[in-house]
Amino acid sequence: MNATVAERVGRPLIQDPHRLGHGGDGGDRAVGHGDGGPAPKKIIVGFGFWIFLLSDIIMFSAIFATYAVLQGATAGGPAGSDLFDLHNVWVETLSLLLSSFACGLAMIAAHRRNMLWTQLWLLVTGVLGAIFLSLELHEFADLIARGAGPQRSAFLSGFFTLVGCHGLHISCGLLWLGTMMAQIGARGFRANIIRRLMCFSLFWHALDIVWVALFTIVYLMGAGK
Amino acid sequence: MLGKLTWNAIPFDEPIPMAAGGMVVAMILGLLTWISVKGYWPYLWREWITSVDHKRIGVMYCLLGFVMLLRGFSDAIMMRSQLALAAGASQGYLPPDHYDQIFSAHGTIMIFFTAMPFVIGLMNFVVPLQLGVRDVAFPTLNSVSLWLTASGVLLTNASLVIGEFARTGWLAYPPLSELQFSPGVGVDYYLWSLQISGVGTLLSGINLVTTILKMRAPGMSYTRMPVFCWTALASNLLIVAAFPVLTATFAMLTLDRYLGFHFFTNDFGGNAMMYINLIWVWGHPEVYILVLPAFGIFSEVISTFSGKPLFGYRSMIMATMCICVLSFLVWLHHFFTMGAGADVNGFFGVMTMIIAVPTGVKVFNWLFTMYGGRVRFEVPIYWSIGFMVTFVIGGMTGVLMAVPPADFVLHNSLFLIAHFHNVIIGGVLFGLFAGYTYWFPKAFGFRLHEGWGKAAFWCWFIGFYLAFMPLYALGLMGATRRMQHYDDMSWHPLMVMAFVGAAIILLGILCQVTQLVVSIRNRDELRDLTGDPWDGRSLEWATTSPPPVFNFAVMPNVQGEEAYWGMKQRAIEEQRLMDEPSYEVIEMPCNTPTGFVTAFFATVTGFALIWHIWWLVVVGLIGAYAVFVAFAWRREEEQLIPAAEVARLDRERRHLRAQILPTLTRLA
Amino acid sequence: MSDQADNYRGDVAPGDEHATTLSEVGHYLIGLVLALGLTATSFWVASTHALWGPGIPIGLCVLAIAQMGIHLVFFLHITTGPDNTNNVLALAFGVLIVFLVVVGSLWIMANLNRDMMPMDELMNMQIQR
Repeated sequence: MNATVAERVGRPLIQDPHRLGHGGDGGDRAVGHGDGGPAPKKIIVGFGFWIFLLSDIIMFSAIFATYAVLQGATAGGPAGSDLFDLHNVWVETLSLLLSSFACGLAMIAAHRRNMLWTQLWLLVTGVLGAIFLSLELHEFADLIARGAGPQRSAFLSGFFTLVGCHGLHISCGLLWLGTMMAQIGARGFRANIIRRLMCFSLFWHALDIVWVALFTIVYLMGAGK
Repeated sequence: MLGKLTWNAIPFDEPIPMAAGGMVVAMILGLLTWISVKGYWPYLWREWITSVDHKRIGVMYCLLGFVMLLRGFSDAIMMRSQLALAAGASQGYLPPDHYDQIFSAHGTIMIFFTAMPFVIGLMNFVVPLQLGVRDVAFPTLNSVSLWLTASGVLLTNASLVIGEFARTGWLAYPPLSELQFSPGVGVDYYLWSLQISGVGTLLSGINLVTTILKMRAPGMSYTRMPVFCWTALASNLLIVAAFPVLTATFAMLTLDRYLGFHFFTNDFGGNAMMYINLIWVWGHPEVYILVLPAFGIFSEVISTFSGKPLFGYRSMIMATMCICVLSFLVWLHHFFTMGAGADVNGFFGVMTMIIAVPTGVKVFNWLFTMYGGRVRFEVPIYWSIGFMVTFVIGGMTGVLMAVPPADFVLHNSLFLIAHFHNVIIGGVLFGLFAGYTYWFPKAFGFRLHEGWGKAAFWCWFIGFYLAFMPLYALGLMGATRRMQHYDDMSWHPLMVMAFVGAAIILLGILCQVTQLVVSIRNRDELRDLTGDPWDGRSLEWATTSPPPVFNFAVMPNVQGEEAYWGMKQRAIEEQRLMDEPSYEVIEMPCNTPTGFVTAFFATVTGFALIWHIWWLVVVGLIGAYAVFVAFAWRREEEQLIPAAEVARLDRERRHLRAQILPTLTRLA
Repeated sequence: MSDQADNYRGDVAPGDEHATTLSEVGHYLIGLVLALGLTATSFWVASTHALWGPGIPIGLCVLAIAQMGIHLVFFLHITTGPDNTNNVLALAFGVLIVFLVVVGSLWIMANLNRDMMPMDELMNMQIQR
């Protein structure tokens, strides 16, 4: 490796006092330390998606902040303690957590290129996610029917938007999941498809993290007041 | 069937938009006809519209920004002429309702569709070249970003002739922007244009952060990156952090308008102040997103044209990253007068003053770079020196307003207008013009005409001071912003002076247009034959002008700061180039229409949402999803450039370099 | 060219893994069990009368942060090794911004609301005009 590199570069590497550069041994090959050149595609894609997820979490935090500010603005209407059913939230939370776990198992199967188990665990992930979503939609429909829709007060606008934004992300995730399952079936475990699965699993786990904040702050704290 | 859209949407009874719109439509049709007649469509489609090459995308971004500069400036000239006329008894020629749309469009276009695309375009073009790599991290996503921005531009400009634009100012504060007080489509045009282009910008931010942190030439550690790449990193980190807040805030206003939610309404518990709070959480980092790359451009330009390495490289990096973090700690200074009280105002006032410190560090570093150097007075240095004087004045007025009691007098006066134009024009725009002149030869292979460039600079410089210094005085005299008419006749002479200044700036813009035309016509005389017309110091100058699609045949081995300067000095000393490398096949991403088609559906969806054409919204969304699936299902992602072709192109480059090598002498 | 990640002793993408099937599954299982325990505890804390009232919100926050940590470590494989530095720094930056946005907004809005004229006085002023 070193010989070819030196030929390629055309001069010995001793000129660089810090021994960085093509294959020089001035440190490990982690790109941040300057050695080795661009990172492999998997690292680049993973990191890029991670940055996207952080930006998404910042978007949630803006809606969270608005919810927190408007929490008391019930305009004479119902507050959280009047509306939240913690049993429903418990089932929703379990569904999503187990869904995340199933997604992790699907990734393990995918790394081992096992088509059957990958598709199976992805299906479980999707079904559990769909259960979560249907419970949430049911809750929304119920609240609207009771006159506690988002147009009733600023508090309810905040609630529906915050929880609904999370639900919208879950919906998009399910659509993405279905597309990925179709693509794995059609094309198999190509490198770029594995990278996309990795991004999906990052997305799915991150949504569970957001849900932790959601059920704690909105439901658990809100129900108490 | 067509929602709220009827023939009444076209303002047949208003001469100015009809004339302007008619002219623009005629120009566009003329351009499209010319392209068709000349048979340029296959070339344009293959080489530009479907391109995922960061260099092409950068050029298109800059072109978009420059064209929108003309549109935004036409709004400015209208405002200045109106105010020069509308004193006392005279009402001017623009009714208030029209004037409100003009100042709203002016701000929106200048920030979102002129400054942002231009800045992002330059970063797109330059950063991969300076890092010594072949492209950004996600080339197709880059194309999507560009075309989504263009989609936002199209929607905003369509509002001139189909419907109306917002009358709320460029930030659309509620309750004015709520449905109750803005029932028309204007605010909807504003919201959807900016949401769509905002997605594009966010994706661009993710792209460039990943590129800078994960893709650099071998040997380029963080402290060997050019300063422009550091400022690009800081700016894109801010994009990733701030734009989601804008998205969320606009989404909430949209929900208020479309579904009757009560986030920011006057009734049912809504709180309009929360909108103002959140929009400025975005708004302040936004101006640093614009100015940090400009600072980076100046660092590059000043060190190149002084013939010296940048003074205080590490303190520059520290200052840049400090500004990056601090920019998230000052946002309340945009609404001191909203009544948060002394504690809050005091905290943010002090933070605002602190953020001036790292900027001062930068200014001193630039000055010390020039000191002791042999400064070559080319056009980019004109813009740099103009910047240093102008931006410092603007910065000082900013620190003045950072004192809350002073701000209580000056908030939303013409003093404020003068301040932010001072820093944006003096900082961002002068930086963009310097960068445009500096990197133009790299992009196109020939330099810009110097004489017209200097004329443009002087017109802009003199015009700027004439246009905005009176506004400081007017602000202190009590003149407020967004004002269509005034009664105090003592303001009139200053308003006239401001209009004269704007007219001189117009001359400056005309000089720039002329410069471009003349340079294209005389491109053979202005040809950059070697790829290094300015005796540059960073890696982009190691390539040909323009660079081949893969940028570098072999990624350069970076051995110190100012990678290219070291390589050059070694070559001069030894009077020979480095040995020819062994060439290998290079994989480059395939061109794809994904970006263009996605933006097409985004435009359709946006337009349909604005006019409440619900079935078309569904069609648009399905179309966008279909594009995503089609892209995901494509079989060929990369094309291979054979080693022989790489060798041929690189040998041409080496031949050009070998030819001028004997003429170069090492600087003492 | 693009995927010789197996021998690459460099940076790790978040969510990456290299180990045996059993150890990987075990990793996820531990995470699941811990998360379940913390979640159940949260729900219990919210509905019990056994704890001092004013302390409950803080307790819930701590539990929530712990749950997020479990997710990050066991599901997203964020560690503190040198190969994860970029990922951790990015996360820290994100957390900082979230903190500034949420805490900053709450502080500012609390002050603004406190200084706001009461609604009925405001309506009176409007009527008088």
